[in-house]
Formats: sequence, structure tokens, C-alpha cells
Amino acid sequence: MEPSPLVLTLVLPFLASLAVVVVRGGRESATWITGATMIACLVLAASLYPSVSGGNVVRYDIEWIPSLGLNFTLRMDGFAWIFAVLVSGIGVLVVMYARYYISAEDPVRRFYLFFLAFCGSMLGVVLAGNLILLVVFWELTSIFSFLLIGYWHHNQAARDGARMAMTVTGMGGLALLAGVLLLGHIVGSYDLDVVLRSGDRVRSHDLYVPTLLLILLGTLTKSAQFPFHFWLPNAMAAPTPVSAFLHSATMVKAGVFLMARLWPVLAGTQEWFMIVGIAGMASLVLGAYLAMFQHDLKGLLAYSTISHLGLITLLLSLGSPLAAVAAIFHMLNHAAFKASLFMAAGIIDHETGTRDLRRLSGLFRYMPITGTLAMVASAAMAGVPLLNGFLSKEMFFAEAVETHADSWLDKAAPYAAVLGSALAVTYSLRLIHSIFLGAPPESFPREPHEPPFWMRFPAMFLVVACLVIGTIPALTIGPFLHVAVSSVLGPATPQYSLAVWHGINVPLVMSVIALAGGALLYLVAGNYLERTERPPLLGRIDGQRIFERVTVAISWRWARLIEEAFGTTRLQPQMRLVVVAAIAAGIVPVLVLGLDFASTRHGAMDLAFTGLWAVGVTCAIAAAYLAKFHRLAALALLGGTGLVTCLTFVWLSAPDLAATQLVVEIVTTVLILLGLRWLPKRSPDLSEPSEWPLRLRRFRDLAIAVVAGLGMAAISYAVMTRAPPDTIARFFLEKAYAEGGGRNVVNVILVDFRGFDTLGEITVLGIVALSVFALLRRFRPAPDTIERPEQQLIQRSYDEAEPSTEAEATKEEYLYVPSVIMQWMFPVIIVLAAYLFLRGHDAPGGGFAAGVAMAAGFILQYMAAGTVWVENRLRILPVAWIGGGLLLAAFTGAAAILFGDSFLTSYFRYAELPLVGKVPLASATFFDLGVFSLVVGATVLMLIAIAHQSIRRLRAARLGEERQRWN
Amino acid sequence: MELTLAIAIGALTGSGVWLVLRPRTYQLVIGLSLLSYAVNLFIFSMGRLTVGVPPVLGPGGAGNPSDYADPVPQALVLTAIVIGFATTALLLVVLLVARGLAGNDHVDGREQR
Repeated sequence: MEPSPLVLTLVLPFLASLAVVVVRGGRESATWITGATMIACLVLAASLYPSVSGGNVVRYDIEWIPSLGLNFTLRMDGFAWIFAVLVSGIGVLVVMYARYYISAEDPVRRFYLFFLAFCGSMLGVVLAGNLILLVVFWELTSIFSFLLIGYWHHNQAARDGARMAMTVTGMGGLALLAGVLLLGHIVGSYDLDVVLRSGDRVRSHDLYVPTLLLILLGTLTKSAQFPFHFWLPNAMAAPTPVSAFLHSATMVKAGVFLMARLWPVLAGTQEWFMIVGIAGMASLVLGAYLAMFQHDLKGLLAYSTISHLGLITLLLSLGSPLAAVAAIFHMLNHAAFKASLFMAAGIIDHETGTRDLRRLSGLFRYMPITGTLAMVASAAMAGVPLLNGFLSKEMFFAEAVETHADSWLDKAAPYAAVLGSALAVTYSLRLIHSIFLGAPPESFPREPHEPPFWMRFPAMFLVVACLVIGTIPALTIGPFLHVAVSSVLGPATPQYSLAVWHGINVPLVMSVIALAGGALLYLVAGNYLERTERPPLLGRIDGQRIFERVTVAISWRWARLIEEAFGTTRLQPQMRLVVVAAIAAGIVPVLVLGLDFASTRHGAMDLAFTGLWAVGVTCAIAAAYLAKFHRLAALALLGGTGLVTCLTFVWLSAPDLAATQLVVEIVTTVLILLGLRWLPKRSPDLSEPSEWPLRLRRFRDLAIAVVAGLGMAAISYAVMTRAPPDTIARFFLEKAYAEGGGRNVVNVILVDFRGFDTLGEITVLGIVALSVFALLRRFRPAPDTIERPEQQLIQRSYDEAEPSTEAEATKEEYLYVPSVIMQWMFPVIIVLAAYLFLRGHDAPGGGFAAGVAMAAGFILQYMAAGTVWVENRLRILPVAWIGGGLLLAAFTGAAAILFGDSFLTSYFRYAELPLVGKVPLASATFFDLGVFSLVVGATVLMLIAIAHQSIRRLRAARLGEERQRWN
Repeated sequence: MELTLAIAIGALTGSGVWLVLRPRTYQLVIGLSLLSYAVNLFIFSMGRLTVGVPPVLGPGGAGNPSDYADPVPQALVLTAIVIGFATTALLLVVLLVARGLAGNDHVDGREQR
């Protein structure tokens, strides 16, 4: 795959945006990287001209998700070429300008990062050859424009403007995605070339109207067309280079670009004409009307942009090839004069410190060159002859007069066109007059003077371009425009003439009327415009306010309502919901498929087993009953149920489970005993509830519990009495000895067949233990539990009363005999754990049971002699046990990779150990050793962490006492 | 035997669910422990109930696979027991910390009537 210039053009800006972040060296290096990148893009794009000038298409395909018709296709034809050159060319100029504009205090690299990424996205929109890819880049332009508008994020207006632009264009983008999916569905391909060939099929399809509506939602929001125009003036909070680039030449052009791009596919129908036409005409007139009343220079330019984009939209709506030519031509012209005007506005703002038309005046004598540039550009904007704006406006007038689709809209078009142009003359005059002419003001925030040459250069370049194109269009822009137009229109490309003088005809008369009318209007109403705060008639309809109301309603009020209706911060309703959902999930399949109890496997009733469970069930229900007020009793009863469970495992051929359950039962009891210390005492106001809502709630919970219990009983019974299917148990039983080298199948499954699962499980165990540890490091006990427990207080008062005993002596001797036995048991328990571990592979036992047993041994020492005593004599490093265990298990698994097998493959043989005898030595044993070590560490860590809280409290108390004594 | 165990599982589930729906943190701890017994027994019973045939092979290795209890649910339950202990510990500690911060032992951190 050779790097095509097409790919480079697209990829370079993104790479450079990373480079700007990575390369140190501050302002200058970032500027130069950006400038060089934009020049490179310009050269690369321009170099493709020979390939596209013959009407050919340059394509570059990378398969992405071909099964979805989604390919990374880049495609350049004449139209894409001229836009790529426009984007990168104006990009170069804007970088040059921004170098002077962006102040040293601003984060320059962030600006260029966003700028380059935006350029890349914009070039992506232009060059995409696949509709989905186009939408992806489209959304990227929305995101980066959000970041660029909000570049001065300390400024409230910038944040609001950025958010509004993002919301409006983002929603449009979403609609566009839907529209493009529909379009792809109609055509059967997302490939732009295929889509462009399928115009007839699309227009006659049933889904044409929804497709059109969705796509237009995307394009009209992006191009700030009525009724979505309101975001553009608010986006003027962006730095001026951003406005010059995004809001004149590129991003807002993306909407009209796409409308022109899809023009052969979508245009020409009545629906297209009406929707696009109304939006365009409304934007043309409304934008120009509102522009007159703006006092902010950039606001005026923003509304003027809306108006000019409306002109382009209106041209595209007409559906005639000549109108499309005019539209494309005006896209280029508008980019040139509007970008230069924004740059001039930035210079004025930069030099005087204000953009308010009412405060500015007489600037011409301070900055004659900038003034001349701005005046020429404004004249182009107003459509004065010999400037480029005049040419496309003449074409526009000619098309407006023609009848395209007979309707009121068509009849209104010429009047709207003249009105819009006249108003454009008015606001252009106002701009020139109020800023540059008139008396010099008494005071400026700063003393204005001409900017550096290179800051002025970009605007000058563009103004010269306006002039040159305006005087000798056929020799300059002519061939390029022709390539662009013919790539959009194909064989329908009409004959058109780019001359300045066509003789005296209707368009010329219209131009004269517009120029004269606009000038007259300014003469009459100029002072009024200067004074009014808010435009009459339409001033009250404020798109921004409507937008804000809607967003507040949706994102705040409705969200709150929904949260209040369906959300809760209380645990009990949530738990109830979970339980009820689980019950429903169990009941529904039973109702649908039925529950079959008929079976031959009714096992014999075993009286002893039944008696055993009579005890177990009684314990469970009693624990449930007593858990509120009699915590210790409930814990004992819980242990009773646990023991019955343990016996059940013994009874029903699961010795491994029984062993593990037994040791876990011990540590669980210790754990909860340790926790009891920190729970509040029984408070009298929590006695049995008497109010009926509470009783009702308890009844409901009881009903839920009974249903859950009955359901589980029914399902378990139904399953247990059914003949077992052929399970994978057979596989494990057959292979355990042959391939795992162990006779205890459960253990072989854990450490060998399903070793990876076990590795995951012990990892979880380690994480939980560390979480417990971390949570308790910042533990703050409740005030009422800080005092010593009642029993200890009694003991202490006894010690103090007896002169013969020292303080704390009774506590030291508390349970003296059992504690001695517990200390003696320590080595025994270690041997037991080792025994459980070593026999694990062949007989019941294994790492889990051995690990918990070992942990129980440690805990017994703590219980027997107290934390301080144990830790003075025995250093247990639970975290090291956890880490070591996890590493051992992982390395054992990884060792298999060294032998060329997959992770966790195990090897085994029998080894002869002195005294012990023949021992199975499988590599899985080391894995099991890791499990053992981790289980020891995790269990000990959790228990010790809780146990330690008592000493911490004592230490803190002792420190406090000492401090008091010293004070 | 099947009926006994089924009733036992049901009773443990019912007690556990009842406690899980209660407002005191300690009730939640006991309730989850009871529920985990029930769930472990339920999963274990999926291998059907057999007496006196643990899945520990004779000295010669595999005999007839149908002579042994199903080892798969046992392996599942074995790790579940240990993990159950860990989650109980985590729950307990979270509730203790919440209790220290909130000053009461209501599951929401504040008394509700």
C-alpha cells in the first residue's frame, strides 16, 4: 500500500496535532508545526489537480468493516479538490494570522492541537468517499469546533456558545447519521460513487421524504440556516482566527457542501424545493435584517454569514444546474471576503480593545491599510461590481428571476433576493461608516495603530483575491470552478459565462436597485440603527432564549421529574426491585413452559437427614427473626445453619465442600464477631412498629420472601427429581487421573482443567481483601462505639477497686486456659493445613481449605493473646502472602509457555519424599500453593484489618489522654 | 431426601430474602450469608443427590464415571464458598464504615419513617 497524497492530506493534520502536544518548545515550534502542516496539506491537495481536472475521481480504499458496507474510502473529484484547497489554503492564512492574534498568556499548543484536529476532520468531510465515514468526520468537526469555540473556557459566554453550537450541530449530526443510513438502505451501498449514480432510485423511493428531512436537519443545522441559525452568533465568543476559519470558510460551509454534494441525488423534487428554499430564503432575508442591527462587529459578520449561506441554500434549492454553479461559486467567494473581514475585525478588536460599532469610529486615520482592506472586503460582501461577490450575486439574480417550480416561493424569490442584497448593502455601509469614517472618538481602551505586516497579510491576500477574481474571473477561478462544477453536475453541466459585463439585463437592473436601495436605507435609517438596542419586529423572537428554555426543560426539569418518579436513593426499594425482578425472571419461564414434577427419581425420605434439616431450617428462620435485636444469637444460629450445610455436603458425597465450608464457617464467625463491636446498641425507639404503613410494608416483604422461598424450593425439587442429562462431568472424571494426575476430581478441576477460572477467582479474592484493608485505613468509628465495651469497663473498675491487682490485669487473664490451649494448637493447625494441602490432589483437601485453615490458625493466636502480643512475636505480612500467591500461580501458568504449551498447562509425576512417601508432584501443586498462599493472605488481612481498629482506637485515646495531661 | 433439601433451600432463601429487605445493616449481613448458603446448596443440588460416592477416584484412576458424584457443581461451589466469605467481609466493612460516617446502622445511612 503506497502512501497516497490523498491519505497524507487527511492524516497529516491529525499527526501534527499530536506532534504539537508532544514537542516541547512552546509557542514558536507549535506555530511552525501547524503552519508547515497546513502548507503541506495545501501542496498535497493542489498536486492532485492533474488527476481530477479531466473529470476523473481519485479513490483510495481500505477495507474497514466490509460486511457492513463500511470502508475507509477517500475520494477526490473536482468539487472535493476545490474545497480541500480552500480549507488548507485558508488554514495557512489563519495560522499566520493566529500567530499574532493568540496572546502569549493563552495556552497556544492547545489552540493548535484543536485547530489541526479540526482541519483534519474538515478535510475528512470533504474527502470522504463513504457516507458513514463522512458522518464520522462530520461529528468530529462538531466536537473540535466545540473545543475551539470554548477555547477561552474561563469565559462564560464562550462556554455557553460552545455548548449551544455543540448541541445544535450535534443533534443535526445525529439526524444526518439516521438520514445517511436510510440513504444507504435505499441505494444498497454507502459508497459515495454508487450513491451519486442512484439519484432516480432515491427520489422515487418511499423513504425519500424521511431521508431528505433527516439529511437536511444535519446540513441546515451545520450551516446555521433558519430556524437553527441562532447558534452561530453565540459562537462568536470564539477567538477570531477560529471565527475566520470555522464560521466563514469551513465548518458552516460543510452543510452547504453536503447539500451540493448530494444535489444530484436529492435535488429537483417539490419537497427539496420547498424545504431548502424556505430555509434559504428565510435565512437570506432574516440574517441580513438582523445583521443591520448588530452592534458587535463579529455579531454583524455572523448574521451576514447566515444571510450569505441562505443565499447559497436558496440557490441549491432551485434545482437548476445554473443555480448550482452559482451556489458553488458563491461558496468560494464568500469564504474569501468573509474570512478577510473576520481577520480585519480581529485586528480592530486587537488594536482598540473593543468590537462595539457604537464606540468605534474614525479608525481610518489610525489604520489606513487595514481600513482599505476591510472596505474592499465589505464592498465584495455588498456585491459591488468588479469584486467577486458581484459575480455570484448576478448569477443568483438571474436564477431567481427564472421560473423553476411554479409556486409562491418561486414568485417571491426575486423580491427576496433584491431585499436581501439591499440589506447587505446597508449593513456593509454601516460597518464601513461607523468604524472607519466619522470623527475620531475621544478615547479608545487602547491607542490604535496598524498591526504588524504579517498579521495584515492574510486579509490582504484574500482581498486581492476578491479583486482579481472580480475583475478577470475567467482567467483566474474559471478553470477550477469548471472542474468543481462539472464533477458535481456531470453531463448536466450548463453553459455559463464568468464575465463581468453581460450587457444591460434584468440581473443588472436588480443589482442597481439593491445597491441604490441599500444605500438609501442607510442614509435614512443609519442613525436609527446605531441607536436601537434590539431589532424591531423580530427582536423578541430569540432563538437563543427558546433554545435555553428547551434545554433547561429537557436536561433539568424533565430529568428531575423522571428521577423523582423512577429513582430512589434508598436501598430497600432497590433491593425489593431486584428480588421481585429475580422472582419474575424465575416465574415467567415456568408459566410459559410449565414445571414438570412427574419423575421416577423420588429419592427415599431419610429420617436422619430430615431431622438434620429441621434443625438447620429452624436455625435459619430464628436467625432471620432475631437479627434485628439479638445479634449474637443470630450469629450463633447462622453458624448452626452453616454446620448443617456442612454436614449435608459430607452426607451427599462432597467432602471437599464440607472441609472448606467448615473452615470458612469458623473465619466468618470470627469476622462478624469482630464487626459486632462497632454496631450501635439497641435503641428503644426501634421497637416493633405499630403504624399500619410499616406493618403493611413488613407484610409485603414477608410475602415476597415466602414467594421467593417457595419458588426456589419448587425449582430445586423439580431439577433434583429429574434424570440428569449427559453432563461434562464424564469428561472430567475420565481425564482427571489420566491427564491431570490427580484422583480428587474437584481439586483437579480447580487447579488444572479450569485453572484460569481459579486464577481469576483468587485475583478477585485478593482485590476484595485489599479493598477491605483500604476501607478500614480511614475508618472513623461512630462516637458511641469509641468508649471501651461495657465488659472491659467492669473489669477495669474491678481492677481499680482491688489494690492487689494491677490495672488491666483481669483482661490479661481473661479466658486464660482456652488461650493457652489455642497457643498450643498453633503448630497443630499448621500441620493440619499442610496435610490438607498436600493430600489435596488425591483426596479431599486442597489449597482453598488449607489456606482458610492456616488463616484460622493465625486468627486463633490473635484471639488467644491479643493483637499486640502476637505482633510483637510474629510478623505476618498478609499483603506479601497475597502478592506471592498470585505471582506463584501466574508464573506456574506462564512456565508452560516456556515449554511451548498454552498458559496453565500442567505436568505431573510422582516424587519420593523422605518420611512422607510417594507424593504426586504436579505443576498444578505449585499453582495450588499459590492459591493457598493467597487465601491465607486475604483471609488474614481482612480479619486483622478489622481487629486492628480496636487498638487504633485505644492508641488514639491514649494519645489524647497524654496530651491533656501535658496541657 | 430431595424433598427435604428442596424445602431447606426454600426456607434458607426465604429467610435470606426477608433479611435482605430489612433496614438494619446487620440484618443485611446475616441475610446475605443465609442466601449464599441457599445458592450454594442449589448449585450443588444441580449435580443431583448421591450418597457415599465422592468424586475421588480409586487408586487405579477412572472407573465408571457414573459411579461418582458430579464434580463440576462441587468445583463451582467450592470457590463460591471462599469468595462468599470475602464478599461478606467486604459488605461488613462497607457497612461499618458507613455506620461510622452516618452515625446509625440504617442501610441508607439515615433513619426513614
